[in-house]
Amino acid sequence: MGKRHWILLGAIVAVIIIAAVLWLFPKERWGTVFSLLLVFGGLVALLLRSLYAKEVERRIIFLFILVAVAAPILFPITFTEKPTAVVQAVFDKIENLPSGSTVLLSFDFDPAMAPEVQPMANAISRHCLEKGHKVIFMSLWATGQALLSQSLSDYILLGFPDKVDGVDYVNIGYKAGNEGVLNVIVSNFEKMFPTDVNSVPLKDIRIFDDIASAKDVDFIMSIGGGMPGPKEWVLFVGDPGDVDVGVGVAAVVAPQMYPYYPAQVIGILGGVKGAAEYEYALKDAYPVFADMDTPGLRMMGPQTLAHIVILSFIVIGNIIYFRGRRERKQ
Amino acid sequence: MKKSTLIVMAVVVVLFLLSWVLKASALQPEQGSYILRGFLVTFAAFLTLAVMSFLYQDNPFYKFAEHLFVGVSAAFWMCMGFWTTIVQNLIPRLSTSLADYFMVPQRPEGLNLFFYTPVILGILLLMRLSPRGGWISRWPLAFIVGTTAGLNFIRYLRSDFIKQISSTFVPLLGTQWEGIGPFLSNLDLSASGQLVLLLSNWVVFLGVFTGLIYFFFSKEHKGAFGVGSRVGIWILMITFGASFGYTVMGRISLLVGRITFLFGTWLELI
Repeated sequence: MGKRHWILLGAIVAVIIIAAVLWLFPKERWGTVFSLLLVFGGLVALLLRSLYAKEVERRIIFLFILVAVAAPILFPITFTEKPTAVVQAVFDKIENLPSGSTVLLSFDFDPAMAPEVQPMANAISRHCLEKGHKVIFMSLWATGQALLSQSLSDYILLGFPDKVDGVDYVNIGYKAGNEGVLNVIVSNFEKMFPTDVNSVPLKDIRIFDDIASAKDVDFIMSIGGGMPGPKEWVLFVGDPGDVDVGVGVAAVVAPQMYPYYPAQVIGILGGVKGAAEYEYALKDAYPVFADMDTPGLRMMGPQTLAHIVILSFIVIGNIIYFRGRRERKQ
Repeated sequence: MKKSTLIVMAVVVVLFLLSWVLKASALQPEQGSYILRGFLVTFAAFLTLAVMSFLYQDNPFYKFAEHLFVGVSAAFWMCMGFWTTIVQNLIPRLSTSLADYFMVPQRPEGLNLFFYTPVILGILLLMRLSPRGGWISRWPLAFIVGTTAGLNFIRYLRSDFIKQISSTFVPLLGTQWEGIGPFLSNLDLSASGQLVLLLSNWVVFLGVFTGLIYFFFSKEHKGAFGVGSRVGIWILMITFGASFGYTVMGRISLLVGRITFLFGTWLELI
């Protein structure tokens, strides 16, 4: 069969598949089904091409990942997430603290890390405010302060118009000094943070009436993934100050945090999966959050499809490798 | 410069201007400065695509985005460090007139001349820029390294050494051992169940033990010792595999973030 015949055959098969999809699936599912067909059809084509010992250029692989990520964003695929024990531990800690407890949330990340950890930061902030905890927001990253202020005004506080700055929450912002900052606030907040971001002295902020140092807060949640970040909170505040610390980390860092669980950190939210599980737990427990934007859950569709594509490439690569090795032996 | 490069650059500029005009006209005038916002969104999209274009091949747009990112990041961190730490924390402790000038509240404890020490060390650090006095910057650098090492030594010794060793001493016969009968009757497969906890403890114990065997080179890895070493390398490989899986998840999340921006904020398709 010549090349033209193959193209004609391919066109006929494509028309049949398109007709079948249009006939079998409701209109709102067409985008999802076509994108899945495109990805999996492409993978089969790549497997066949590889079996005929033709090289697959790296840019084709990049294109596949792009399609696998973009398609579920345009045509959403959603999954149900059951919180794992490490995520549930953080949720339960915030849930079981008596209303009015003080929680410190540290936004230790930059815009590059934000898509991964911002969803968990928003979800935990909402949970704390809904439970009636007093929340101290801060950051060990210069870029974190801007993201924190934006998050508060654009997302978190929109659902809590009755919350008062300085009474229910406070944003004390960023200070340079990395672990040096933690080393100071573990004994005295005011030495390092004389004012909040609005230049209000800490002694005039009601939340700090009973809080002199980081040791006095009931729970610390560090959200980040670099240095300084969650690990430094454990080393410089959690352990010496004997304060419960939970961490929400970028996926790359998650394996490094597991050795600290459960003795030194009470729970871990690892990457966007951890965020999705937390969002699910929050929506499940609080009907008020039923319509809440859940970027973590939304990201699990592209994540799943991209992982399937990567796994498929690993499998295809191994098939080609073992086939080649067998042929060389013969 | 080649003619084809010029044509590509001209096309990109035209597309940029077109996107800016369309984006600005799509924004509502009451939403503030819509021309500026249109430009910012278009510029952010351009930078995203410029960085992604490296996957095709290296090109001037990628180089521009890369250099801009490094420059802006350094400038942003420096400005934030100056305004949040030097102005708010240091100046009120050094001078009342400077504190008034920068409109920062006075410190309740008053001035503290001890804080001239970091000022002097900071100035010495800048001597690095001088070709003849560069060696002076080694003194503050030595102070920084020494202080950081001293602080970290205590914290790491406590949290990463002693506490980690104590966390490895886990009960291998159940957390509350009351005999085989109650143990069997309480078995369940939940994450917090006794069986799962027991298995986790065994994995921790065997993982640490065999991992240490793998890194013990004073004895040949043969016989039972060799088996332990091989189990150790498998434990390490599984750990690296989990780490790699998490890394892939992280990178995909970042890609999702950028594509969501392109489709949502820029193109408004979602």
